[in-house]
Amino acid sequence: MSDAVVETIDLTMRFGGVTAVDHVNFTLRERELRCLIGPNGAGKSTFFKCLTGQYRLTSANGRVFIRGADVVGMRPHEVVRMGVGIKTQVPSVMNGLTVTENLWLAARRAHGWARSTAEVQRVIDEVGLADIARRQVGELAHGQRQMVEIGIVLAQDPWLVLLDEPAAGITGAEVERLVVLIRQINQSASVVVVDHDMEFVRMLGSTITVFHQGAVLTEGLAPQVLADARVREVYIGNRTQ
Amino acid sequence: MKAWPSIGQIRWGWFLAAAAVLLLWPVFADTHTPTVLLIWALFALSLGLMWGYAGLLSFGHSAYFGLGAYTYAIAVINIGESTVPLLLAVLVPAVVAAVIGAMMFYGRISDVYMGVITLVVTLILFKFMSATAGDQYAIGDARLGGFNGIPGFPILNVPGMPEISLFGVPMYYIAAVSLLGCYLISRWILARSFGRVLVGIRENEARCELLGYSVPAYKTAIFTISAAMAGLAGCLFANWTEIVTPGVFSLRSAAEVIVWTIVGGVGTLIGPVLGAMALGMVKLLLGEQTVIDNSLLLGLILVVVVLAIPRGVVPALQGWWRGRARIRVQRAGHGRVRQRATTVRSGESATGWRRDAPGGSRASAEAPGTGGRLPAQRAVRP
Amino acid sequence: MDYAAVVVLQILYMIAFLALISAGLAIVFGMMRVINLAHGEFVMLGGYTTLACDRAGIDIWFAMLVIAPLVVGLVGLIIERLVIRFLYGRMIDTMLATWGLSLLLIGLVTLIFGSSAVSVAAPLPGYQLGEFQMGGYNLFIILVTLVLYVAMWVVLRHTRLGLVARGAMQNAEIASALGYNPRTVYMVTFTIGAALSGLAGGVLAPLTGLLPASGGAYIGQAFIAVITGGAGAVIAGTLASTGLFGVVSQLVSFAYSPVIGEIAMLALAIILLRLMPQGISGRFFRNSQ
Repeated sequence: MSDAVVETIDLTMRFGGVTAVDHVNFTLRERELRCLIGPNGAGKSTFFKCLTGQYRLTSANGRVFIRGADVVGMRPHEVVRMGVGIKTQVPSVMNGLTVTENLWLAARRAHGWARSTAEVQRVIDEVGLADIARRQVGELAHGQRQMVEIGIVLAQDPWLVLLDEPAAGITGAEVERLVVLIRQINQSASVVVVDHDMEFVRMLGSTITVFHQGAVLTEGLAPQVLADARVREVYIGNRTQ
Repeated sequence: MKAWPSIGQIRWGWFLAAAAVLLLWPVFADTHTPTVLLIWALFALSLGLMWGYAGLLSFGHSAYFGLGAYTYAIAVINIGESTVPLLLAVLVPAVVAAVIGAMMFYGRISDVYMGVITLVVTLILFKFMSATAGDQYAIGDARLGGFNGIPGFPILNVPGMPEISLFGVPMYYIAAVSLLGCYLISRWILARSFGRVLVGIRENEARCELLGYSVPAYKTAIFTISAAMAGLAGCLFANWTEIVTPGVFSLRSAAEVIVWTIVGGVGTLIGPVLGAMALGMVKLLLGEQTVIDNSLLLGLILVVVVLAIPRGVVPALQGWWRGRARIRVQRAGHGRVRQRATTVRSGESATGWRRDAPGGSRASAEAPGTGGRLPAQRAVRP
Repeated sequence: MDYAAVVVLQILYMIAFLALISAGLAIVFGMMRVINLAHGEFVMLGGYTTLACDRAGIDIWFAMLVIAPLVVGLVGLIIERLVIRFLYGRMIDTMLATWGLSLLLIGLVTLIFGSSAVSVAAPLPGYQLGEFQMGGYNLFIILVTLVLYVAMWVVLRHTRLGLVARGAMQNAEIASALGYNPRTVYMVTFTIGAALSGLAGGVLAPLTGLLPASGGAYIGQAFIAVITGGAGAVIAGTLASTGLFGVVSQLVSFAYSPVIGEIAMLALAIILLRLMPQGISGRFFRNSQ
């Protein structure tokens, strides 16, 4: 419990008859980089939403601690104010505003007026958004909007970063750039990444937690997890030798 | 690098010119009609501020206009001097709006339901005030008067000197200064972080929440400010008509301010002002003849504007103007210059606004033709 | 004892009244998510159609049950083709445009019929209930409403039209997949909704005086009833909300005064909307019609 950035105890979330998250005990240490993988419907995004308050929790759902603080019952903006940055599964950005304006809004809440402009510039440089800084976000390609959203997350200077499918819809060189960026973020923040792209996850080289049917199936480093027969089974659906 | 477009900027040239025209007007022409036009313009400005920049459409903004009018009348009859009543006329609508707004926004209701609730509030006030005929319905010395309203209350006077009434040209100046002042206040709000966050909320409420902003708090705040301005307009209106009737709360009144704002242009501050003044003038002219029915024309205008000029007259004109500038640049034949012109236009993003901007409301029902599903049945993605 | 019967009948009548004027709007909102603010004027038009027919010597039953729905249905069709169909997906714009249409219709009716109130004679005699004189026509209204809702339920549940409509309501693509043009489905739905409003207006004409502005009274209550009922289950939701409103408004009216009764109803609406943002049907009737 002591140096855990995120800790969930018996976290459970049900929707009607479906148990999306099933008594999950999860721990993330400071400055750790973790990947969550699992087939569709495994509960990864729901798990995220429980951490961020996007699903309103009660004590019946279990316990969730972020840097020791009990966040059960908190609203998303309260969780975020603690220092948590969230990139959602479907890019959630302000389409009618420019990249710079989006970043500014993110930076402003965390920093004062005077520093915001500088912070925005820092993020533009770090994420590589200079070319599109003045473009309206709604006009950008999907991959660019993903990067903008990551920029928004960074502009808040979080110590915990939750990225839900950051590699969705981007390929090749952009993925490599993303890996570098995430490692860079990891220097100053703890990071949890949810994704499907196994190449991407392998490139990140972190500890992997495998979800299946709402529960943690196994946990470990990439080579051993990916070689695990059970993992292959839940992904592919039939037994392999 | 300019980090934000012009929503907070005041074009001082235009503003001072307009202020000069307004302030010098009485020298050249009659002020009686222009006074009410300015009052209506202030009413529309209050709605336009909230609707255009925060994306909050109140279907019953007349509630706060009317509350301002009634509060002034009741207070001035009881107090006798007009300074406190004026203040109350601004405060009471603001407080009521704060309560109703908090109830709505902290309850996370969607756009549609906000429309319904605000409409119902003004309906309640209308019905209640219409039914208060009879001596038992009085607040202090002021009889509410039911459908006939409250006539013959003292007009605004010089603060501290109740004998000196501000009837006539001074009333015009009060209206003009109120409008100019509220315009400046609105611009100031928009230039602050507060205003920019409002625009962000309009664009994507969920994301603003995830940036750490308390969205309900911002919405309640702008709703309150808007109601305060509407209340001021209502108070001035009471002074101009020298009677307050339940009609200020009516559906007609609520519809008119929306029409003025839409026609003028949602997403700008000057649009609603001009729309209100123009259509207000039309209404007054029409009121004096019986050939074309008022409702018919108002309705026709609304339908045509919604279909043909979805963003309103002023933004359409602005777009046309910028389009011409771009064509001029393109014709000069320099590819790179064209690129720059496009990004300049993109930089002005906060004014590029659609009335039904998606991503705003949380629980708004999906529309037909988009393959939408009922909110209650949206599949839960793990 | 008689008094209790009177109260019950009044409550039933109130519920029927609300349900009747809400039916058309409920269909249109439930099926298409279109909030037609000219709905009140459709009801009003139904009333004036009945009036015109009555003056022209046409049998009043025929006028209110057949001609009124047909005429107003036609008006609805024209409006759908000319205005509504360009605005699907734009809910606020639809509300604004239909608000404009409502003003337009009021203006037209004022032009044709003048702005003073007119009335149509009630074609059914009153009766005695103990020491109270009751209007027999009220019973007819309750009957009509009952028949109407049963018919709606039957159509939605047991006919192909109903199935397609329910499918289109869930997902426009389903209607396409079944071979029906969703645009046509919407057109038909809106027309039927208008016709139902016309029926309501026609049937109610003898009871309520006719004014060009009377639509305003209808739209407020219908709107509130439909939104509170929710879009999920058109019939169940509307009946639930009108039932609730009818009971509350009448009881409060009897206890205090009609005005307070109306206000109580409006206040209740706010409370319900605040507590159940999806409407009653969204909360309780997830899987019904």
